[in-house]
Amino acid sequence: MSTPSSSTSSSPPQYNYHVVRQFSIMTVVWGIVGMLVGVILAAQLVWPELNLGLPWTHFGRLRPLHTNAVIFAFGGCALFASSYYVVQRTCQVRLFAPALVKFTFWGWQAVILSAAITLPLGITSSKEYAELEWPIDILIAAVWVSYAIVFLGTIAKRKTSHIYVANWFFAAFILAVAVLHIINSAAMPVSFFKSYSVYAGATDAMVQWWYGHNAVGFFLTAGFLGMMYYFVPKQARQPVYSYRLSIVHFWSLVAIYIWAGPHHLHYTALPDWAQSLGMVMSLILLAPSWGGMINGMMTLSGAWDKLRTDPILRFLIVSLSFYGMSTFEGPMMSIKTVNALSHYTDWTIGHVHSGALGWVAMISIGMLYHLIPKVFHKDGMYSTGLITLHFWLSTVGTVLYIASMWVNGLMQGLMWRAYNTDGTLTYTFVQSVEASYPGYLVRFIGGFIFFSGMLVMAYNVWRTVQSKPVPEQAQPNEVLAVQGAGL
Amino acid sequence: MSNFWSAWIIILTVVTLLLNLWILLANRKSTNAGGTTGHIHDGIEEYDNPLPQWWLILFLGTMIFGAGYLVAFPGLGKFPGILNWTTVGSYETQIAKAEEQYAPLYAQYAATPVEQLYRIPEAMKMAQRIFGNNCAQCHGSDAGGAFGFPNLTDDDWLWGGDAHQIRTTISQGRTGVMTAWGGILNTEQVDGAIAYLQQISGQNHDQQLADLGEGVFSTYCMVCHGATGEGNILFGAPNLTDDIWLYGPDEVWIRQAVVVGRNNQMPAHNVLLSEDKIHLLTAYVYGLSRN
Repeated sequence: MSTPSSSTSSSPPQYNYHVVRQFSIMTVVWGIVGMLVGVILAAQLVWPELNLGLPWTHFGRLRPLHTNAVIFAFGGCALFASSYYVVQRTCQVRLFAPALVKFTFWGWQAVILSAAITLPLGITSSKEYAELEWPIDILIAAVWVSYAIVFLGTIAKRKTSHIYVANWFFAAFILAVAVLHIINSAAMPVSFFKSYSVYAGATDAMVQWWYGHNAVGFFLTAGFLGMMYYFVPKQARQPVYSYRLSIVHFWSLVAIYIWAGPHHLHYTALPDWAQSLGMVMSLILLAPSWGGMINGMMTLSGAWDKLRTDPILRFLIVSLSFYGMSTFEGPMMSIKTVNALSHYTDWTIGHVHSGALGWVAMISIGMLYHLIPKVFHKDGMYSTGLITLHFWLSTVGTVLYIASMWVNGLMQGLMWRAYNTDGTLTYTFVQSVEASYPGYLVRFIGGFIFFSGMLVMAYNVWRTVQSKPVPEQAQPNEVLAVQGAGL
Repeated sequence: MSNFWSAWIIILTVVTLLLNLWILLANRKSTNAGGTTGHIHDGIEEYDNPLPQWWLILFLGTMIFGAGYLVAFPGLGKFPGILNWTTVGSYETQIAKAEEQYAPLYAQYAATPVEQLYRIPEAMKMAQRIFGNNCAQCHGSDAGGAFGFPNLTDDDWLWGGDAHQIRTTISQGRTGVMTAWGGILNTEQVDGAIAYLQQISGQNHDQQLADLGEGVFSTYCMVCHGATGEGNILFGAPNLTDDIWLYGPDEVWIRQAVVVGRNNQMPAHNVLLSEDKIHLLTAYVYGLSRN
């Protein structure tokens, strides 16, 4: 399939770091924007007057802005940056189709800007995590297909004999998201700003959550596992723990995740058989999910002491701990009897954020601290102390967030099901809202602490980018050395 | 579900699980533990370690549990599972059990007329809980109402306030419709009607416009709201001469009602609550403005 590098060129390939730099800086920018909106929303739940009585600043409109900004703007840019960086370095070739590479960056930023404008204006398809209206959906599809062509094209022209495991995960994430987005967003436009889903009733709900859960499974899990498989061994300077585990958990993860969507629709109009299958597959998903955690964590075996001195590695490993925790919690919550208690409560919000803050954001932050000095040709980040500070802000923020939501969720679930001796419910809904205020305050504080860490990062990145570059020739010529060793 | 789709589901499920089992078992052992695979990517090597034993057992355990669950419960297409469990069946069993347990509690008040029942504190304690669970979402915990949802504690009734009328409202629901006059009246007529409404409800108004509006009112509005504007409980047409407003007294809300109309609904509760519970609830609402 591929030709040995020695026959094609003797000098290291000139990687396309320009687009990696663009995406990595925008990751920081959109991270701050998305999390700021999250902090505002958290504050609105404590002080509802912060809705300001205006439609554009209302919780209902800002909430999809927050989710879209953190998942697709922050998470998306992090995935673009890392996948473009990793695929070039592990395939030892420059990115395929440079014009499409440019288009993926500017197209994706256009998608994000359109979202930031249309969502506060109330222009929405009302599908969760797929709120954007049809013209933007078409742009997303175009960007995503271009992304697939660039990524798979780069793999196709690689100079290594094998495809590195990180690229399997990136490729699965890119292909699955293309399919999910295009099928779920199929709609009949009635005007430029309004369309209706081509699906109806329970089918619409099932397609939506097939999409919704696999946005988690492929966008937020497989994609970030791809990131993990490069940056953890690279930062730890250790071999990956087990290639066999990579194979087994990759195939089982992608095969099982696609079935798990119905657990979002337990005890609804969805037919019983679909609910049961969704629950069973979600439970079986526990081991495939943990495979990635084990492979990442065990990669550090024999080098645990590095955690004491390297805050970047600490980000990566703690993110894996949160990943393991939330992928244990997920299968448990998919069990119907547990779901009967947890569904519609703040527990779900806590679960999502142990994944979103603990796993997705923290591994992205670790990735950026590793990647930014490399692509900007610097010795390292401006301040290791600030990375350590950021690490503690992130960890404390995440723990406060998820602990408060656990307490709130369990309390709400128990209050909603408590009943009196005459069979009536003990509490009205609004009483459970009233009881949730302390948790909302703690969540706001936790979220604010996490957000403040992002500002620390922005400063650190700014100073790093501004610092004097290391001369080109002083860059260790890793590429050539590795080529020789690998082939 | 047709046999084709049932088979489709069963085959896809079983094949997926078997393929998982195969890839798991095929890779469980390593002949080269501690060694590397020989692949190097950008300096990263990979050990050829075997699958962790506890992880393998966890994986097999969840697969065995899953298989057992699909035998016991519905999941494999049309196969209902050997327990014959369904969501609907489970719901109906629990409801029947609850009915059996709680129905006598409510039945004891069934024969007491509403006009007496609202004075019995023990009964009203139960009724208040039914209200909190079913009515407070719209009418408020204090039954004071909200924008578009009537206040139940005053003596103004859209659909009548005697026991029979309240029971009908709760049990069968109500649909209140105000015609949209925007397509029929011109701007001047709308302004006039609004001014006239402001006049008869004792608000500040433009007298010249109100004089014009009086004619509009007697042509178009009187049919439902009555000659004096005092409303008609047969249509749920509100009394326009008092200072009680379902949607607020400001001109903007009056104008909205006149131009685009209103369509409001009280849902029927006879599909949600038993007769005896509705009886208690009727007494509770009856008592709200009388206690």
